[in-house]
Amino acid sequence: MFQAKTKNLKNFSTSAERFEGANLLCPGCAHSIIVREVLNATNDHLILGASTGCLEVCTAVYPHTSWDASWIHIGFENGSSAVAGAEAMYKVLKNKGRLKQPDRTPKFVAFGGDGATYDIGFQWISGCFERGHDMMYVCLDNEVYANTGGQRSSSTPIGASASTTPSGRISYGEKQNKKDMMAIMAAHGAPYVAQVAPNQWRDMVAKIQKGFATEGPVFINAMSACTTEWKFSPEDTIAISDLATDSLVFPLYEIIDGTKLNITYRPKNVIPVRDYLGAQGRFKHLFTKQYEYLINEWQARVDAKWELLQRREEACL
Amino acid sequence: MADIFELRDIEVWDGNMAASHALRQAQVDVVAAYPITPSTPIVENYASFMANGYIDGEFVMAESEHGAMSCCIGASAAGGRVATATSSQGFALMLETLYSASGMRLPIVLNVVNRAIGAPLNVNGDHSDMYMGRDSGWIQIDCYNPQDVYDMNLVAFRVCEDHGIRLPAMVHQDGFMTSHTAQRVKTLSDDVAYDFIGEFKPMNDMLDLDHPVTHGVQTEEDWHFEHKARQHHALMSAVLPKIQEAFDGLKALTGRQYNLVESYTMDDAEIAIVCMGTSVETAQEVSNELRAQGIKAGVVGIRVFRPFPLEQIADALKGCKAIATLDRSSPNGTVGALYNELAGALFNTSTHAVLTNYIYGLGGRDLTKSSIHTIYRDLQANAQAGSPTTPLQQFIGLRGPKLSFF
Repeated sequence: MFQAKTKNLKNFSTSAERFEGANLLCPGCAHSIIVREVLNATNDHLILGASTGCLEVCTAVYPHTSWDASWIHIGFENGSSAVAGAEAMYKVLKNKGRLKQPDRTPKFVAFGGDGATYDIGFQWISGCFERGHDMMYVCLDNEVYANTGGQRSSSTPIGASASTTPSGRISYGEKQNKKDMMAIMAAHGAPYVAQVAPNQWRDMVAKIQKGFATEGPVFINAMSACTTEWKFSPEDTIAISDLATDSLVFPLYEIIDGTKLNITYRPKNVIPVRDYLGAQGRFKHLFTKQYEYLINEWQARVDAKWELLQRREEACL
Repeated sequence: MADIFELRDIEVWDGNMAASHALRQAQVDVVAAYPITPSTPIVENYASFMANGYIDGEFVMAESEHGAMSCCIGASAAGGRVATATSSQGFALMLETLYSASGMRLPIVLNVVNRAIGAPLNVNGDHSDMYMGRDSGWIQIDCYNPQDVYDMNLVAFRVCEDHGIRLPAMVHQDGFMTSHTAQRVKTLSDDVAYDFIGEFKPMNDMLDLDHPVTHGVQTEEDWHFEHKARQHHALMSAVLPKIQEAFDGLKALTGRQYNLVESYTMDDAEIAIVCMGTSVETAQEVSNELRAQGIKAGVVGIRVFRPFPLEQIADALKGCKAIATLDRSSPNGTVGALYNELAGALFNTSTHAVLTNYIYGLGGRDLTKSSIHTIYRDLQANAQAGSPTTPLQQFIGLRGPKLSFF
């Protein structure tokens, strides 16, 4: 029987695998780190799903599979519904006494990229959450359609150069602000919504475990730094993730029952957003006279959001 | 435990109610659905059965037809009996996932209450949605009346869940003409109906925690072809014998005889109409009238549209001199699908009938007996001439210019 070990990092890193290292993800891809941490956060059996995207095409190419747990993929938009359907079947078979292992209670988890979550699969996720399926949805948020070559999604932040919103002589790249998926999912009244990052692994495991212990739909937005599309060296994934969380570009917090907001990580030394942007090729063009004003706007937006989160947290005390 | 619903031997049901009771009697584990006219009453009736204690399963009211079929796929892969219903635009929205369901070899039963597809928007019956599904890898069984709907649902579960088949099945009925027209339906008691279908036997079920499975993999040029060829082969070789076996079983149980191809006064027929849905019964009435006049007219109804019973159709039409295929869907750029199927079925046979094509009933336009008389008169002329005396493709019941082709 699988046994997760989460005492310390060394112990955690040698925990048994239900997600095999034998997969086709890029070296340095944060997806595999996050997925492994999610799967290792519980000793229960898992019924998993994935939407079309990097994770799916890299882990289930016939005749191979990287998953040592039942797993399903249908299409780009409906990974949530696939898992919701399986969860509905579990409830029936339990009720009818037809489970093959009635003494065990599996957990249901759907994975999707930000394209599958913020854009094309949004309606399906909303349906699953409104209906209250007992499942966890994990968005592997790399802020771009990475699987198809870096097109912008509604998670792509302003100023990023993406293949459908490239920076150029008269354009600074993506023009829209990143969609606030956390607020939207919290507005569904979901019992647990949390933002996590793989560099803050204790925080992440704690939230995943909290999610598994929660009855009803749980939404996890996991920052997944993308070496290929964010354009940084594969060995820098965790360093870039540190810059994201410590500059507060990617704040770590949770929202309980749609109302109570807790900030779960407060960096000791908050670093400038400029440092985060400067470490990635997708923002390279911002460091020119023409577009430099955008860096200040970035900083102001991040400051305002952090302020808002703190006020929200206080409002629930 | 769900309560037993005491049925009379003969109920007065429309096609939707017949489908709802069949789903209830099948003790479906998960129904995930989204309402759309004219199939809505199927899920409304089902919800009402549930609200009154006649259903043990889960009923997932999805946010769209695409979401409904996606849930059905997840539920079926998890390992239990799954069914739903839809029509028209909803069917079109579901289409992507229909290919997933068949490609993943999941035995889901889908009641399709046939309706036109817009634009222009139209809620009435034609076969556009049924035709849209014909390459999707599903078994497609066609019904002519509410009794058929009841019986074919029972057959569909029994066939598609067989471990030698493992393919999803659609049960088609005509929107409003069948779905909303109450008729006599001979029923089976709950236990007899359930026994006819049999218990669901899971295979590659995700919920077997000791044997994890991966569903919905990626295959590229190295394996995709083999998967698709095997799926098609299973559809072509295993399904028709299994349906015939279920028909035989149903006959032994009820006395009601169904056939892969429903031949009516075809033994010595020289002219024949081939059609689907409620039109089959209308054509049968007209052929009776013609027979009374000594005209050797017959009707061939398609009972199983996919897999298409090529041999049985050719056999049914053996010796015919002129055949009309009636398609209730706009072919949009070629001849009607039934015309193409028939031409393909007959081409290498000794039957060299004159084959013509009629497009009718789009958006719920009635097909009248007088129209069918006109078609038979055309067929008589074609048979006599040994070649088409009319354009190859005509519209029947169309106002204004004829707009015929070829």
